[in-house]
Amino acid sequence: MLSWDRVQKVPWCVDVRDFDPQLAEIRFGFGLSPVHGPPESIGQMLEGLSGPDVMQSAFPIESFAKFRSRMVAAQDQNEIRRRNRGTELAAAARKQRNVLNKEARIAMFGWLGQTMLRRTHTQTAFRERIVAFWADHFTARGKRGVIRRGTSPYIEDAIRPFVAGRFEDLLQSAVMHPLMLDYLDQTRAMGPTSARAIKRGPKKPAGLNENLAREVLELHTLGVDGSYTQEDVTQLAELFTGLTFDARNGFKFRKDFAEPGAENVLGVAYGEQPNVKWVRGALSDLAAHPATARHLAWKLAVHFVSDTPDPELIDALEAAYVESDGALTPVYEALLGHPAVWQPTLSNFKLPIDFVSSALRALAIPKESFAEREEKWIGRFFSQPLTRMGQTWERPVGPDGWAEEDFKWITPQGVAARVSWAMAVPVRVKDPLPDPRDFAETALGRFADDAVRFAAASAESRPEAVGLVLMSPAFQRK
Amino acid sequence: MSSSLSRRDFLARTGVIGCSLAASPLLTPVSFAAAPWDTRLVVIILRGGMDGLDVVQPYGDPAFNTLRGSLALGPEGGAYDLDGYFAMHPSLGPLIPMWEAGQLSFVHAVSTPYRDKRSHFDGQDLLEAGTTSMAGVRDGWLNRMLQAVPGVTSQTAYAVGRSDMLLLQGPAEVANWSPDADLSLSPQAARLLEIVTESDPALHAALAEAQILSEVTDDIQKRRKGSHVQIAEFAAARLSDEARIAAFSLNGWDTHGGQPRFMNTALTRLAETLLTLRGKMRGNTWRKTAVVAMTEFGRTARQNGTLGTDHGTGGLMILAGGAIKGGRVFGQWPGLGDGDLYQDRDLMPTGDVRAHAAWVMQSLTGLDRNVLESAVFPGLDMGNDPGLIL
Repeated sequence: MLSWDRVQKVPWCVDVRDFDPQLAEIRFGFGLSPVHGPPESIGQMLEGLSGPDVMQSAFPIESFAKFRSRMVAAQDQNEIRRRNRGTELAAAARKQRNVLNKEARIAMFGWLGQTMLRRTHTQTAFRERIVAFWADHFTARGKRGVIRRGTSPYIEDAIRPFVAGRFEDLLQSAVMHPLMLDYLDQTRAMGPTSARAIKRGPKKPAGLNENLAREVLELHTLGVDGSYTQEDVTQLAELFTGLTFDARNGFKFRKDFAEPGAENVLGVAYGEQPNVKWVRGALSDLAAHPATARHLAWKLAVHFVSDTPDPELIDALEAAYVESDGALTPVYEALLGHPAVWQPTLSNFKLPIDFVSSALRALAIPKESFAEREEKWIGRFFSQPLTRMGQTWERPVGPDGWAEEDFKWITPQGVAARVSWAMAVPVRVKDPLPDPRDFAETALGRFADDAVRFAAASAESRPEAVGLVLMSPAFQRK
Repeated sequence: MSSSLSRRDFLARTGVIGCSLAASPLLTPVSFAAAPWDTRLVVIILRGGMDGLDVVQPYGDPAFNTLRGSLALGPEGGAYDLDGYFAMHPSLGPLIPMWEAGQLSFVHAVSTPYRDKRSHFDGQDLLEAGTTSMAGVRDGWLNRMLQAVPGVTSQTAYAVGRSDMLLLQGPAEVANWSPDADLSLSPQAARLLEIVTESDPALHAALAEAQILSEVTDDIQKRRKGSHVQIAEFAAARLSDEARIAAFSLNGWDTHGGQPRFMNTALTRLAETLLTLRGKMRGNTWRKTAVVAMTEFGRTARQNGTLGTDHGTGGLMILAGGAIKGGRVFGQWPGLGDGDLYQDRDLMPTGDVRAHAAWVMQSLTGLDRNVLESAVFPGLDMGNDPGLIL
């Protein structure tokens, strides 16, 4: 109907299977920016992982240690309520606790903004992607009250500083973090014959909770195909007893919760006497397990390349992990150095948060975009649309994080929500909008095809033209 | 308008008025404190290039039928005969009573100074900037008008709807509002989305299932037709109160193909918008109102090969409201015969839309001609008063 027949279609790109700056930025970052050039080399991408954390300083997010003071304050109000039931004092405390809850929620929306700004303005986008990858691998969220808003602080403390180090350190940091202990029900678990359980007596039965132990084996380390048994899960759950925290002091190992006697996990006996060092030791051993190497290799390949990655790529990542004894940077180096990751056809469908992040990067929204914004504004233009796209901010469905499979995201409701966002929101966050004809080039680089150029030049309005560029396959995939 | 004389004198003495002067209590007559003037101006930007030759069909021009083929309806095809020469598209039928009441008129063969490249964005930029080039321009003519009149408050002018309005951007403070309506994708955007996603079968299929692509665009338009009505209702409410100016956009005019269907959708929305404005304004507000609808360019005089028209030059301006001199087709008709067309393809522009907008503002607010020709539309020659306003 349009004069599209006059436009020649061309293939997206030529088949070069080697490092390519634009592809690096799209596949391993948050897409192209009109301000920040793409990385020049694999070496530069790797260096960007461990250099000074410029984005953390520029767009700070509260540490979990600081976040805990919010939990303490709410806890204090709950305590006042408990002690003064039915009185005005209790009513006032309840009101004050609700205020604290609200403040935490508003803070969470602020961190959403900070996260988006880091992704928009970073010159080391691979770092932000890697942080997001491990934050998803170690998915956790608080269950009740203020701690529900603690995911960003958790990522800030437990994930971000460890992404370029050794996996065992990252594993320990994440698994033993208060947010993870809360999320996977570890805090109240106690050994059936622990000092505490015995003291409580038979009328108040206490016992194990296998949740954390199972997920550590199934999700965080060996993978569901790893050679572990139910007995390993139970033994690890026993070993984990004593891992807990309190809001005032953070992580705490409670010996009186810990099951006495040695636990045998995957054929290794840990600790006669309760001590957190046995937990650390078990996690280190799990990190060093060959199944963990395989599992992480597969996850990285699926996340960064495609739902069905080249088996040779998985082999290479696995080998790098084993050879480097679990150091992560050599694994990333193997990833970026493998020809399979540079296959030039864009493949993985961006998840909604990825899509929105990369749109903001392509638009180069100003650094003060979220400053002074009300919760309602962020809700209307970010958190609610993300929910409609299927990915509620920091509220994944389960501990396995967000699905990687494209088909789970390419749904009628999901893509309709993307269209709505793409057409309506950029004009709210970028003034003036770029000329759509330029935008097609800056946002898509050499992946711009004639169809999108044609659409960008033919749409009736700037917002629609920008939205069309953002909805093009070359922008939706990476 | 009783106080317009003193204001006219005042503006004449001061020449170009900046916003700092406008804000000065010493120079602002007390009588303007509540509202700087009493008339209402609504500016509608028709995005996509409205085909003026289809909306107001010159069926009396001997070349019209030949050029337009099946798009040429004329009175015989159901168009409403306006004056024995021009006929109004049947989809504007709901506006016939407005025409008969003298509250609807048209200006034919008008354009901005924009020529030849026929790009929507460049064309719309120039239309809203009100200048002859975009070099160094960051504000719109309606904002510059606000800077030039005294007594403007943050509630005087409203930019309504989701589209960015260069028209009202600038130093003068303007209120914004948009309805929380569902996405209303123009048919053009739906078609382009189909083209853009064609190479990705999975994405394309999901969009089709979501009924976003063009096969079902008509249904979408029907289901979601609310947003323009919401916009008009909001504008009517504000204008019945202290607002004096409202501006918004209506999309859906880029009729490259399937023009009868898409023109029907777009004109129906336009008619509903105007009827909502009239119906929802309180008291005698409508009688003091002038609605000016303008587009970035007209379309080709000839019908193209896909039952549509392509980007052209000379276009149509639509005026409505109780303050306008209705029931007339204004403008100097250039003809459609051999040698009459611009570059042998487009309706030849014989008037500048900016001059007509300037005369409307001059009549409504008493703003001095010098200000209009220097500050609001720099370098414009307004020419003779076409008498658009009562």
